[in-house]
Amino acid sequence: MAQMKFLCDAERCIECNGCVTACKNANETDWGIQRRRVVTLDDGKPSEVSISVACMHCDDAPCMAVCPTDCFYKTEDGIVLHDKDICIGCGYCLYACPFGAPQFPKEEAFGERGKMDKCTFCAGGPAETKEEEYEKYGANRIAEGKLPLCAEMCSTKALLAGDAQTISDIFRQRVVYRGHEDGGWSSVEKAQMSGPDVSANLDEMAYDATRATREG
Amino acid sequence: MHTLMQCLWRLRMIGAVLLLAVLAASLAPPSSAAEPDEEIGQAVGTVDADTWRQVKSGEDFIDSRHDSTYNLINPSGETWRQVRNEWISPAGLIAIGGMLAILVIFYLVVGRNDLDHERTGRKILRWTALERSLHWSVATLFIALSLTGLNLLYGKFVFRHIFGDVFWANMIMGSKLIHNYAGPIFGILLIVILAKWLKMNLPKKHDWEWFKQGGGMVGDKHPDAGFANAGEKVWFWLLASVGLLVIVSGFVLDFPIFGQTRDNMQWANMFHGVTSLILMTVALGHIYIGTLGTEGAFEGMATGYVDETWAKQHHNLWYEEVKDSAGQPQQNDPPVGDDTATAHRPN
Repeated sequence: MAQMKFLCDAERCIECNGCVTACKNANETDWGIQRRRVVTLDDGKPSEVSISVACMHCDDAPCMAVCPTDCFYKTEDGIVLHDKDICIGCGYCLYACPFGAPQFPKEEAFGERGKMDKCTFCAGGPAETKEEEYEKYGANRIAEGKLPLCAEMCSTKALLAGDAQTISDIFRQRVVYRGHEDGGWSSVEKAQMSGPDVSANLDEMAYDATRATREG
Repeated sequence: MHTLMQCLWRLRMIGAVLLLAVLAASLAPPSSAAEPDEEIGQAVGTVDADTWRQVKSGEDFIDSRHDSTYNLINPSGETWRQVRNEWISPAGLIAIGGMLAILVIFYLVVGRNDLDHERTGRKILRWTALERSLHWSVATLFIALSLTGLNLLYGKFVFRHIFGDVFWANMIMGSKLIHNYAGPIFGILLIVILAKWLKMNLPKKHDWEWFKQGGGMVGDKHPDAGFANAGEKVWFWLLASVGLLVIVSGFVLDFPIFGQTRDNMQWANMFHGVTSLILMTVALGHIYIGTLGTEGAFEGMATGYVDETWAKQHHNLWYEEVKDSAGQPQQNDPPVGDDTATAHRPN
């Protein structure tokens, strides 16, 4: 069984928010709901870095563990979904989630929360008909054999979606080509700026893993 | 024409080559105006371990969501989950289950605290109609809030499997609605009742002696007690402290429209869980003593009147001061107003 995951390559994310827009468009979420967001650290400084984040479909999902209604479940592909018919809008998933994924669209009397909404990995959710599913949860692209639209539309291919093994292989390949000394999470600067031929390194980085596949 | 095209083509090629040469020159280390190291530094950013450490500190980030305060990773939620699921949840079961077990054993071993002497049939007013209606309103709300609250904490382990999804969905939604709407009413009424009964619950010297003798729950001794004995005072002050914490934390959770953050609500939830489970546990003792545990106690809160013998045995100091007013309840009809009741309880 596949274990579906998102992976965002911080070296590539250019904070275009295309993923946010693509998601909003694919799922036609309620007003004010933005299932995906882009977080930028050190905005405007040389060390600025952006990363796109939504529900990470955790293996040990905190939302599932704290939900008083037990409305969450995991699909065979490791996607964390929830049943809006059972959700009571208590907000516990929001307290627990490290990624700020759960959102509550409708506000009722005294600020009471409506049914929770979050990224479904474009896998829809439990419903009788396709129309109802789309209305409640948005697109079910997984059923059509497609990946989440955010990742599909990422212009720099920073955001990867798919089986954990596959996307981590792609990322690992990139890391190797960038010449990182200690994994994907450290600066390229260290490895690249001290090289003998700086411009060649720049060139290498520009092509990155795509060249590797072309050159076989 | 043909040669002209070729000429133009060559010119373009030369232009392109020149352009490339300029580009190459600008990138070539020795001849460029800026240092290439600097250029690369600006081009690719300097993501290093410190960048990711910064996420933990929660500083200098922006989120593309409107009005968002969410960093990339917000680790406090995991702490909240651990505290709630691994500590509060099991501790509550142990406390409530333990208290139930103690009460059952106590009832089986010691049994009911009976009246030592025959009832005289003369009745003394103990609780006015207003006080009784306040008490039973708060009590009903307390039980409703306890049951719905317990359902929110433990229900998913039991009822979903028994009743199925549709029933469970309605049950848990109902629990939330009752809990959220009954909560504020309970809060207001509890404060009213605390204010009303504050005076008679002020600690007195003889309360200490009452504790030393274990409240006379075991054996034939009956330590001194005024209108409220020391045990009742403890329950009062528990409600006045822990009970108020339940109310305050509940308000924070119930109305998420005053700008309280996710962290505020995590704290409020932990406080609410701990304090309300303490109250539920002690309330079981209060309910036991007021019903099964003491002969004649329940009729006091049900009818407002207690028997002279009961008053003498359990609240001797109060009895001494009000014994002259004892009589047949019929004679006291219609029920006396609140002022009369105050006169009945000098201590």
